[in-house]
Formats: sequence, C-alpha cells, structure tokens
Amino acid sequence: MVEAFAFYSLAAFILGFAVLVITARNTVHSVLFLVANFLFVAALYVVLHAEFLAVIQVLVYAGGIVVLYLFVVMLVNLKRPPEAHADPRRRGRLGLAVAGLLLAQLVAVLGYSATQAVPAAAAAATAPAGGNVEAVGWLLYTDYLVPFEVASMLLLVAMIGAIILAKREL
Amino acid sequence: MASGRLTKAAHGAAREGAARGDGAPPATEPGSGAEPRLNMIDIVIIPLLKIVIVFVAVLFGVAYLVLLERKVQAWVQVRLGPMRVGPHGVLQPIADALKLFVKEDITPARADKWVYTLAPMISLVPALIVFAVIPFGGTAHLFGKTVPLFVADVNVGLLYIVSVASIGVYGLILAGYASNSKYPLLSSLRASAQLISYEVAVTMTLVSLILMAGTLSMVGIVEAQRQAGLWYVFAQPLAFFIFLAGGLAETNRAPFDLPEAEQELVGGFHTEYSGMRFAFFFLAEYANMIVVSSVATTLFFGGWLAPFPNVHALAFLGLVPGWIWFLLKVFCFLYLFLWIRATLPRYRYDQLMRLGWKVLIPLAIANVIVTGAVKVLL
Repeated sequence: MVEAFAFYSLAAFILGFAVLVITARNTVHSVLFLVANFLFVAALYVVLHAEFLAVIQVLVYAGGIVVLYLFVVMLVNLKRPPEAHADPRRRGRLGLAVAGLLLAQLVAVLGYSATQAVPAAAAAATAPAGGNVEAVGWLLYTDYLVPFEVASMLLLVAMIGAIILAKREL
Repeated sequence: MASGRLTKAAHGAAREGAARGDGAPPATEPGSGAEPRLNMIDIVIIPLLKIVIVFVAVLFGVAYLVLLERKVQAWVQVRLGPMRVGPHGVLQPIADALKLFVKEDITPARADKWVYTLAPMISLVPALIVFAVIPFGGTAHLFGKTVPLFVADVNVGLLYIVSVASIGVYGLILAGYASNSKYPLLSSLRASAQLISYEVAVTMTLVSLILMAGTLSMVGIVEAQRQAGLWYVFAQPLAFFIFLAGGLAETNRAPFDLPEAEQELVGGFHTEYSGMRFAFFFLAEYANMIVVSSVATTLFFGGWLAPFPNVHALAFLGLVPGWIWFLLKVFCFLYLFLWIRATLPRYRYDQLMRLGWKVLIPLAIANVIVTGAVKVLL
C-alpha cells in the first residue's frame, strides 16, 4: 500500500519533470528539470531497495553527466530559439513515426516480460547473500562480463577520441 | 515480529525495541522507515530527535567556525580579531547572523529569478544532508535504551556522501549563471571545473579505502579499523594526502580558493547575493568543511575510536566517550584548514588543473592498483 503510493507519486513527478524538460523555453531550466527527473528516478530505485543503483544514478547522471550538459548550455549561447522547420507537417509525420516505433517497442517489452515466469525472483534466489553492491558486482563480473568489458572499451574509445580532438598535435 | 504486536501498548513495544539493541539501525534506514510493524518511538521519535540535534549542532558549529577562522587568521597575522561583541568577541556570530537576517535581499534586475533563488538552497541542502550517514559515535545508553549515535547506517554510506556532494556543484554553477554578471559566471566556471577535477581523485582514494575495509558503510569502515587495530591513515598515507588536497579543493578553500579570488573576481560566484541568500552560501562552505573533516576522521582516523585501543597502558583513554574523540579529531582537521589558509599562498589556475589531472589522479589510480595487488597477494 505504502509502496504503491510511493511508486505512483514518484512516477507522477518523473513524468511531470520529463514533460517540463521538453517544454521549457530556457535551455538551462530544461537541464535543471532533467536533474530533478533523475533525482526522482533515484528515489524510485530506493523504493525498490536498489540503494546502490540509486546512488550511482545520482553520482553519474545527476552529478556528473548533466553538469557537463549545463557547462555546454551555458557556454554556447542558446538565447535565440531554433528556426522553425521548413515544413511543419513533415516534422509532425516524422515525430508520429518515431512515437509509434517507441510504442511498439514498449508493448513488445511489456508483453514479453508478462509471458516470462517471474525471472526477477529467480535471479534474487540465485544471487549470493549480502547487500546489493555485492550482488551487482557479482553479476557484472560473472554473467555479464563480456557486455561489461565491451562497454568499458566503448568509453575508452570515446575518451581517446576526445583527447585526439582536443590536442592540436600529438 | 508478529502482527499482533500492533495492538500492544506503545510502552511495552518500546521496551522490546530496546531489547533488540543493535538491531535498531535497519529501522532508521531511509526508504524502509515506513514499516507499520515497528513501534513509534524507535522509527519516528528517536531518528527525528537525532536529526534535530545534528542539524542544530552543525549550524552552531558553522557559526563558531567562522569566528574561529577570523580569530586564527588574526593571531597568525599578530592581530586581535573580533573583540567588541562579548568578551573576546564570542557573541560575534550572533551579531553577524542578525545583521544578515535584516539586510536587504537584492535580486539583480536581469537575473534569472527562479534559478537565482534556487541556487543558494541547492548549495546548502546537500552540505547538510550528508551528516545523515556520518557516525558520531558507537552507541549510547539513554533512559534504558541503546541508541546508536548516527542518524542512519546505509549500506552504501560512502557512495551516498560522494553522490550528494556532487549535487552541491549545481549551487555554484547556477549562482554564477543566474546572476547574469560576468565575474560570478567566470568564478562559477572555475569552481565547477575545479570540483569536477578533484572529485575524480578523491573518489579514487575512496576506492582504495573500500578495498581495505571491504564495506561501503561508514560504521562498517570504523569497525573494520577497530578489528584491524590500525587507523587507515597509517596504511594509506598517500590516499590520505590526496584526500586532504582534494578536500581543500572541493570546499574551495585556500590554497585552492580560486573561485573566490577577490583580487581577480571581486568576490566569486556569490558577488550579486546579499542578506540571507549570501549567508546560505557562506553556511554551505563552512558546513562542507565540517563534512570533509568528518569524513577524513571516519575514514582515516578511526572515527569515534580512542587512540591506540590495543595498547593496554593507554586503556584509560577508552573512558572518554567516543563522540568526544570524534569531535576532537574533527576539530583538529578544521584547525588545519584554517592554518593552511593563513599560511599558504593561492595556486595559479593552470597549476591547480595540472596538479589535479597530472599528479593527483594518476597517483590515486596507482594507489588503488597497489592496494588491490597487496590485498590479493596477502
């Protein structure tokens, strides 16, 4: 009962801030709403007893990545609104297509997970005892080792690329 | 815990809660505090009391830290410092607070009003809520109940501190942006670049600490030091040095106080602020100093443990309650901060960035690797 109430109120805040992110006129305000959105998502993780995920969400997204967004937005002058698209109807059709694609994806994911027999409970049963930091670390370095290493390679490539772009001569 | 417990009188239930003793911490964890099966006193009244006490103590500590800073600066420079309000100026913080309350609160005409109002709050709130996971002592016995001397023992305590501190950056950036003024903007860019750079090094030192302790809980780290019979400053001197330098930089203190370099930037990101909103930034800076000192005490100097708990000749030191040891150690750190400010000249900005990225971060990463290797080999 309490958890359902917490979930629905947090979800309402998350969706509300998400709408504000795309409707805000001022880009800096939009970035701020994004931060608020991330913080409420972190609160949702706490409700789900995934404290580790919650702090990482705050540390990496709210405290790290969005700070860089804010830097860019502040340094690049965005006072002027973007020019209107030449053909608003074409833009509308494109938006509709993307929204339809997203809807189909969501329906597919929800439908697939509904047919599966509670995989979350099974995973929780096989996970080693201890807090969820241990559980996450255990899974990352056993079942998900390859995706984990691929993701870190991707980040390394991005980092090297940024260094090469920033340096005039090597 | 049977559901029949709900019908019990609060008094009896409270006694049962006391009998559980150290089992109490899970009840104070955020997120799980709403379980109706537990009794009112354990889940509501005691945490609330602790929160109020910590909050008041921190604000009081901040007020007198400002006075101490002025006094220490004055003594170093062979002056007297504040002497007029009360004997030796002990009432000066109260006079300052009154002055800031009644001052006119000005918002620049072209400022971004909402963000301008929000920025001081974003600065102050993270600095205060970090104290939720700092263990001030072990347990205390009050009125027949065993009360742990911390607000919450979260199993990701250390990460919680880092992540909440990373939210504090927004206060500086937004203050500079919303003022719509050149110098505050420059200062806030400096401040946030500095914070982000040094955050990496500090977080890496915390990783080597976590490797030593094997837990992320602040209480667990102190307990690990008790079991090892060793304060981690002796096991990790390099990590301690990096943490201290990073802590100075993250609180924008001398010798890394470039965001407030008054000769170049008038005053810093808070130039346009006045009255209570200015006071919020001030409070946040000093509260952050207390946070860094408390975290350093907990991680490297054994938190509330008495010095040399294994030496029998010094066992009498254990008679002093743990929270007094904790406060003493924190005070030593705060004094060190003030002493450094009075002694060292300010870094140049490029030197600061070079120190952070080319010295501290590689050293911190090397420290993690060496710690991990030693941990695996031994």
